[in-house]
Amino acid sequence: MEMTITEIKGVKVVQVEGDIDSSNASDVQERIHALIEPEVKILLDMSGIGFMSSAGLRMLLFLYRQVSGGGGKVVLTGLQDEIEETMELTGFKGFFEIYETQESGLAAF
Amino acid sequence: MERIDAYPTHEYNGYMLRAGRPSPFGATLVPGGVNFSIFSGHANYCVLVLFEKGADEPFAEIPFRGLFKRPGTGEPFWGDFRIGNVFCMTVFGLDVDNVAYGFRMNGPYESAERGEPGTFRFNTDNVLMDPYAKAIGGRTVWGEQPDWDAPYPHRAQLVYDDFDWEDDHPLEVPSEDLVIYEMHVRGFTRHESSGVRYPGTFAGIREKIPYLKELGVNCIELMPIFEFDEFEHSKPNPQTGELLMNYWGYSTIGFFAPKAGYAATGRTDDGTMVMDEFKTLVKDLHDNEIEIILDVVVNHTAEGNENGPVIAYKGIDNPTYYILTPEGYYFNFSGTGNTLNCNNPIVRNMLLDCLRYWASEYHIDGFRFDLAAILGRDPYGAPLANPPLLETLAHDPILAKCKLIAEAWDAGGLYQVGSFPAFGRWAEWNGKYRDTLRRFLKGEPVVGDMAQRLQGSPDLYRDRGPTASLNFITCHDGFTLMDMVSYNEKHNEANAEGNRDGANDNYSWNCGWEGPTDDEGINALRRKQVKNAAAMLMVSQGVPMLLMGDEVGRSKGGNNNTYCQDNALTWMNWELVEKNAGIFRFFKNMIAFRNAHPMLRGRYFLSNQDYMHTGYADVTWHGTRAWNADWGENSRTLAFMLSGAYAKGGTAQDDMIYVAMNMHWEDHDFELPGLSEGKKWHVFANTNMPSPQDSWEPGSEPALSDQGHFLVGARSVVILVGK
Repeated sequence: MEMTITEIKGVKVVQVEGDIDSSNASDVQERIHALIEPEVKILLDMSGIGFMSSAGLRMLLFLYRQVSGGGGKVVLTGLQDEIEETMELTGFKGFFEIYETQESGLAAF
Repeated sequence: MERIDAYPTHEYNGYMLRAGRPSPFGATLVPGGVNFSIFSGHANYCVLVLFEKGADEPFAEIPFRGLFKRPGTGEPFWGDFRIGNVFCMTVFGLDVDNVAYGFRMNGPYESAERGEPGTFRFNTDNVLMDPYAKAIGGRTVWGEQPDWDAPYPHRAQLVYDDFDWEDDHPLEVPSEDLVIYEMHVRGFTRHESSGVRYPGTFAGIREKIPYLKELGVNCIELMPIFEFDEFEHSKPNPQTGELLMNYWGYSTIGFFAPKAGYAATGRTDDGTMVMDEFKTLVKDLHDNEIEIILDVVVNHTAEGNENGPVIAYKGIDNPTYYILTPEGYYFNFSGTGNTLNCNNPIVRNMLLDCLRYWASEYHIDGFRFDLAAILGRDPYGAPLANPPLLETLAHDPILAKCKLIAEAWDAGGLYQVGSFPAFGRWAEWNGKYRDTLRRFLKGEPVVGDMAQRLQGSPDLYRDRGPTASLNFITCHDGFTLMDMVSYNEKHNEANAEGNRDGANDNYSWNCGWEGPTDDEGINALRRKQVKNAAAMLMVSQGVPMLLMGDEVGRSKGGNNNTYCQDNALTWMNWELVEKNAGIFRFFKNMIAFRNAHPMLRGRYFLSNQDYMHTGYADVTWHGTRAWNADWGENSRTLAFMLSGAYAKGGTAQDDMIYVAMNMHWEDHDFELPGLSEGKKWHVFANTNMPSPQDSWEPGSEPALSDQGHFLVGARSVVILVGK
């Protein structure tokens, strides 16, 4: 699992490649957590994520709580079909603003 | 600060361990590891067996009692991970996403082989499932042929039991305000006409919430969702070759796990996702003001009798879990092979844990108990006067606001409708309501009984109130409503039991022809009878329950025992919503009527007196002549009038409501009781008229031109509102 972080127009763009499951969910969470400050703007580009387990879903929601708790905002982009479906079925999707591309996601800020 | 017990004190074959905690039972995630806890009153040997999900053979077997090593020094010492009769151990470093677990157990007793009677069934060859498993893998897609030789078919999984409910909570809708819709999870959306993205699943039900809201029901009752084996007793139909399965699911494998095969996420083999999917369904239902009641089967398990499989309970502690004869056979009060020993203190605690778990972790609003008379039997099978289990459930603080509904009979001859040990809390599936209404509908002169049923059965529940009476005319057991008016006899040939199965006392009447017919007169009469049933159900005091599909005239071809039919015979056919739009509209209006009139939803029995001196008693009885009901032994006509001043004990204001029921085969003129100054009778429903003149949206009822008389057609129900 690889993670690259860039900043575009004040938004921290986090791109993750690979699967997220119980073996690395904590690690991903820690690394993203390091970026969080009050009113932070985060765009999580998930186009490179093929699979997320329940641990991964929980990591996402945890991220949402931490960011919104500080008055910040997080959007998700590029969800692969299966992941979007899983999030819909398990009730995680409703928490997030979701966009197709990084461009449309950035426009939301 | 980290816990000081988050570190191992024992090592076994590279696995780091610590003595666990007995509470809670089952597998619990703790910092750094998993706490496993399982009890047995008779085992002295227990081994934790760990599998990778999907693997046939375990990757590790760790004893609860044995020779361990000190971490670091490697010094050997004897360890006993046990408190009392509970084996409990914490294992560090497990991959939660990928582990399935089980147990091997043994005890110092002679154990019986499969097929033989005996008190104990210990066998270390068996891997046993955790009775407290929160998720069970191994059969995660409905109907997918399993490997029949797999050593451990129903596999307990480790799960994350956190879920963000946000501010969801059980709705606590007063019982008297409920309109319950009984459905089968798979059957509700499996038919391709449902148009849902996830047919036959929990997610599929979510997609149909708008339909339920339109119909107007505010509570769904799900047939068993605890993990069960759909292949149990399965066999091919000798005529069609199609596989007959355990479709209804009245056969519990795990009391704490939702059936993976009912989840769209089941195929991921991720038990947490199955739980999340079901919790999301509950959350969505609650968001839409709909309660959820679970049909729970705690009277027996799927292990059958001495010939059945060993899945868990038999191999863990056979004489504790089951009611056994002195020779070691299984008492069979459930008709399915075994009987759970519900009033044994240990089993009683497990069942309490189970219900508390669903109420608190899944926000379930109520429970209907299958064959609940069994819950009142002692460890020797004898009926108890004050069954500890029922009392415990009735008074438990966590369950205090849950509906508790008993199917107050069992397969051993114990019929307790009206006498179920209620402790002031339990409601009952009122089998007498079902029978009386069906008999009245088919033209039997049972007006005296009808008067009791319409009032919520005070003859049965004198000290309780109408909310003790769960009124139903149909349920999954027996004919659908449309079949009840289309068949005199059951037709269960498709079940391959020579039509010997299923009840014979259906009190049904086919309206002149057995089964499907082109005769428009007969079909019109059947539709009218369906509407008559709906009308009478909705104007009765008590708690009404509908069967899935009755609102659109669903038929099961005259089969009254479709427990094994997983096909279009039993699946809800959504084309009927349009085909029978008139019936749907009538049901919708009737439910809306009930919701609009608090007088129909009383918590206390009607007194038949005018104790507030309003000029009218809360309920009065009439016949073809006002103020004079015909209680004679040949009477098939009855009417009653409710005085809206008495709604909700006089705390709400409602209209006058008049209901005339003519179950005679000839039209009859009904003289209408007079209303007080300024009020007029309006017609809300007249089942003798074709749709859409058969009913009006509440509030839009037209006034009668003749305020003194109404000609009620043969076999018809008329409902008037006085305002």
